[in-house]
Amino acid sequence: MTSQPVPPRETSGGHPTSSAAGTRLDPWLTSYAERTHGMRSSEIRALFAVANRPEVVSLAGGMPFLEGLPLDVLGDIAQRVVATRGLQALQYGSGQGDETLREQILDLMRLEGIEAHPDDVVVTTGSQQALDLVTRIFIDPGDVVVAEAPSYVGALGVFRAYQADVAHVPIDADGLVPEALESTLASLAAAGRTVKLLYTVPNFHNPAGVSMSEERRPRVLEIARRYGVLVVEDNPYGLLGFDSEPRDAIRSLDEDGVVYLGSFSKTFAPGYRVGWVVAPHAVREKLVLASESAILCPSNASQIAISTYLSTCDWRGQIKSYREQYRERRDAMISALAEHLPEASWNVPAGGFYTWVRLPDGLDAKDMLPRAVTARVAYVPGTAFYFDGSGSEHLRLSFCYPTPERIREGVRRLAGVVAGEKELVELFGTSAGAASDVVHAPGPDVA
Amino acid sequence: MSVPRSPRVVVLAGGLSHERDVSLRSGRRVAEALRSAGVEVSVHDVDADLVPALSDLRPDLVWPLLHGASGEDGSVRDVVQLLGLRLLGTGPRASRVAWSKPIAKTVVARAGLSTPEFVTLPQSLFRELGAGRVLDAVVARLGLPLVVKPSRGGSALGVNLVTAADDLPRAMVDCFAYSDTALIERAVTGTEVAVSVVDTGDGPVALPAVEIVTEGPYDYDARYNPGRVEYFTPARLSADAASAVGEVAVAAHRALGLERLSRTDLIVGDDGTPWFLEVNVAPGMTETSLLPQAAEGAGHNLGDLYRSLVLASLA
Repeated sequence: MTSQPVPPRETSGGHPTSSAAGTRLDPWLTSYAERTHGMRSSEIRALFAVANRPEVVSLAGGMPFLEGLPLDVLGDIAQRVVATRGLQALQYGSGQGDETLREQILDLMRLEGIEAHPDDVVVTTGSQQALDLVTRIFIDPGDVVVAEAPSYVGALGVFRAYQADVAHVPIDADGLVPEALESTLASLAAAGRTVKLLYTVPNFHNPAGVSMSEERRPRVLEIARRYGVLVVEDNPYGLLGFDSEPRDAIRSLDEDGVVYLGSFSKTFAPGYRVGWVVAPHAVREKLVLASESAILCPSNASQIAISTYLSTCDWRGQIKSYREQYRERRDAMISALAEHLPEASWNVPAGGFYTWVRLPDGLDAKDMLPRAVTARVAYVPGTAFYFDGSGSEHLRLSFCYPTPERIREGVRRLAGVVAGEKELVELFGTSAGAASDVVHAPGPDVA
Repeated sequence: MSVPRSPRVVVLAGGLSHERDVSLRSGRRVAEALRSAGVEVSVHDVDADLVPALSDLRPDLVWPLLHGASGEDGSVRDVVQLLGLRLLGTGPRASRVAWSKPIAKTVVARAGLSTPEFVTLPQSLFRELGAGRVLDAVVARLGLPLVVKPSRGGSALGVNLVTAADDLPRAMVDCFAYSDTALIERAVTGTEVAVSVVDTGDGPVALPAVEIVTEGPYDYDARYNPGRVEYFTPARLSADAASAVGEVAVAAHRALGLERLSRTDLIVGDDGTPWFLEVNVAPGMTETSLLPQAAEGAGHNLGDLYRSLVLASLA
């Protein structure tokens, strides 16, 4: 019950609103849950409204290059799914997900060394929902999630929604640094904090572009196990390496200490919204129950379409073709950065969608964004990838979607923006600000 | 020209400005309201298809609900007129004047209205003269606190209240991210109000002032995410002050040659002086925007009001 009912806003006609009571334009303001209070509308999201216009080179979004897909074949599949299996495809289905698809998912995961049973798999609405479910069943307000610094903005949003605290652990070119993980967990334990999850994107990290070395994987796992922390391995990009075979997943080393999240969004198409989670059996049971209470069941139509695609199309060939396209784009981005932005630094990702750029000293990627939008180029400021809004000296550039030519043009524009910002900062003697506003909801553009 | 019995209206929304998102929302709200009042309306973005689309459709009226850049600087309005189409609202020339906050302030000051003392400084000037010296001179002349804002643009993007001289450089950097020219004005304390003016054919009339009370700055989040701002319609002003702000808004509307609708943002100083801050020729029309609130506060049905504006523009 609200202690102070707020009168609903008058909508039309009648008498002028009384001046005695103001309105906050939301009669439910006092009803929101505690976790809703910190949500803010950010001008960053508003600026992204422009990023989808064709005039703008968007190096912001993590959108796969769907023009590389056989759309005619997928159209036939969609037609066939409804015409021949419509009564199943358009009906409610299993809360855990289509059994055939779950078996096919096992084939995919074998490429990364994972042996599992179809019963271990829960199909979800994108792996984002899996992340939500895992957080929901484990996190009480104030619990700590340990995550890489930086970390996927969409995961930070979920952790925030469940009122977790996030402790970031540094990464280097070989991914999460085990020694830093150990010391972070030790000091959290000493401070009496409850750490529930270690969230990691081990392959072609979003946003940092790096992968955890094979040597570090068992060490990270061992440390987590010692501190009683469940590892959440988020792996949407693992099959998108440019030069090498996929590394064995952390889950391949341990069935009980790892929850593995997989997705068709980056290796196939995000519009189907199909992902999955593989979890130890007791955890899986709870995930199924939580998923049923959230969505009843994942989309049957999407699952059957993907299952049909996997059984009738050369999906390995498709992934190979994606890898080649993304490699070409990566090369275009890296060479453009070298040409136009030599005073910045970046990593050369061996797969995935992103490179992580460090700006010249004193520049703030978030402050610079309006200028970038004016120059018709978009990126995601580094602040989006830190729980506390730090990271302003970095930005994430995606090379997955624009053509190589557009990528070069985008980087050229970005270089002009950086030069302008540099001049301004030198002029006024300011430098990158402290923690910026936290990005509360990522929006699909930055996923 | 006779008024068509069922006018066809194209609402322009979106565009490439920093306020694209707000504009899209404004456009959808207005289109919805007009449809509910029986007006045939379509919404169009400002892109490469616009000119052929307008030439094709030949609407009776074009209503630009573009915020920022080409939407408010008069250029899109110029194009609409070039195509021989009629506009709802202010024409290109007056838009150009109102769009520039310093020029608008100069015009209304000449018309006898009070506006906080200000300077307009382009980025290039700081480069030529040295930033520190110029900022010292600004503080020496205008004192503190100051408001720094882009000379063009809306939704409080790039706007900062500066209470300490040390914070001024940072505010300048924020401001120049949005515009190459900054307006720095003396901050006035008092009651913040917005007065919308509509002209449905009988001359400009002020709607009740909406008072804005914010927890923290009236920034982008405060404007579009309900909760942090409390609005009072009509504003809690004395009868004299309430009519004074209405008169100022109408006087600004006239002095700047605005047509059909505008919104003037003011502060009523503690001594009762209404200070003109800026005027908008394409005021926001979203669910949290001030003109719709004022109109509803005055008992208008939004669809009917917007339809009257359409009909008056065609008369």
